[in-house]
Amino acid sequence: MIEQDWIYGFVGGLLIGLGGAVYLLVNGRIMGASGILGGLIDGSGMRTFWERVSFIAGVVLMPVLLYPLFKNVDTHVTSNLLVLVIAGLFVGVGTRLANGCTSGHGVCGISRLSLRGISATVFYIMAGGLTIALLRHAWGLI
Amino acid sequence: MRNLFALLAGALFGAGLFISGMTDTTKVQGWLDVFGVWDPTLAFVMGGAIIPMFFAWRLTERRKPVLGGDFPTPPEPKIGKNLIVGSVMFGIGWGMAGLCPGPAMASLSYGGIGGWVFFAAMVAGMILAVPVKKRVFAAA
Repeated sequence: MIEQDWIYGFVGGLLIGLGGAVYLLVNGRIMGASGILGGLIDGSGMRTFWERVSFIAGVVLMPVLLYPLFKNVDTHVTSNLLVLVIAGLFVGVGTRLANGCTSGHGVCGISRLSLRGISATVFYIMAGGLTIALLRHAWGLI
Repeated sequence: MRNLFALLAGALFGAGLFISGMTDTTKVQGWLDVFGVWDPTLAFVMGGAIIPMFFAWRLTERRKPVLGGDFPTPPEPKIGKNLIVGSVMFGIGWGMAGLCPGPAMASLSYGGIGGWVFFAAMVAGMILAVPVKKRVFAAA
């Protein structure tokens, strides 16, 4: 089953990259989830309001279409609301300070061989790994 | 036209996140969990996503976007405090919940109340980031 997960992961990854390629080559923009959403939230991206809303509509609606075709799809997200609130706040503030997340800095930045994208990715993966190590293994909290 | 292609790009992105399993928090946390049962799926997703993007960046050379305008200018190579502090904060939240902004949006339709709580907190964080950026980093 694990081997199958890799194939799904790779195929899904190719689709993510294709989406990024379309957004870059056709619209001339970097496909960064936090930037596209964040520009709507703080008002900095109102000039491209409908472009952002259209992108987000695609992201939200496509899984609705695919959901019935797959079995046992679950986010397995924690039911601990305190963890979710703190985590969400950190992700929101952090991605806007850093100007990017896994899609913008990760996918688009690394493929551009951007020093900023690669550095950001190293920092958030290390921070995420350390968080899991502490919260799960050292303190047994999650 | 711009909106149509933005919708298409979003649909590809959403489909990719869904199919790759990146909306499953156990797979993301499994990738970060080097001391537990490590799950390498995320590396395959990242690898798969970087391939088309690598060629896309090559195609931007000496060209213009299909729908006009200009390609984004290369970012300055400076690794500032914003980038480091922001990425570390993002990583902490990402590790805690196993969600980042893309999958948080892609799983809104089936992630239940927990997904919406995370999404709402993330939106609040994005609002909060504006004064944080101004106050904390203006002095630096």
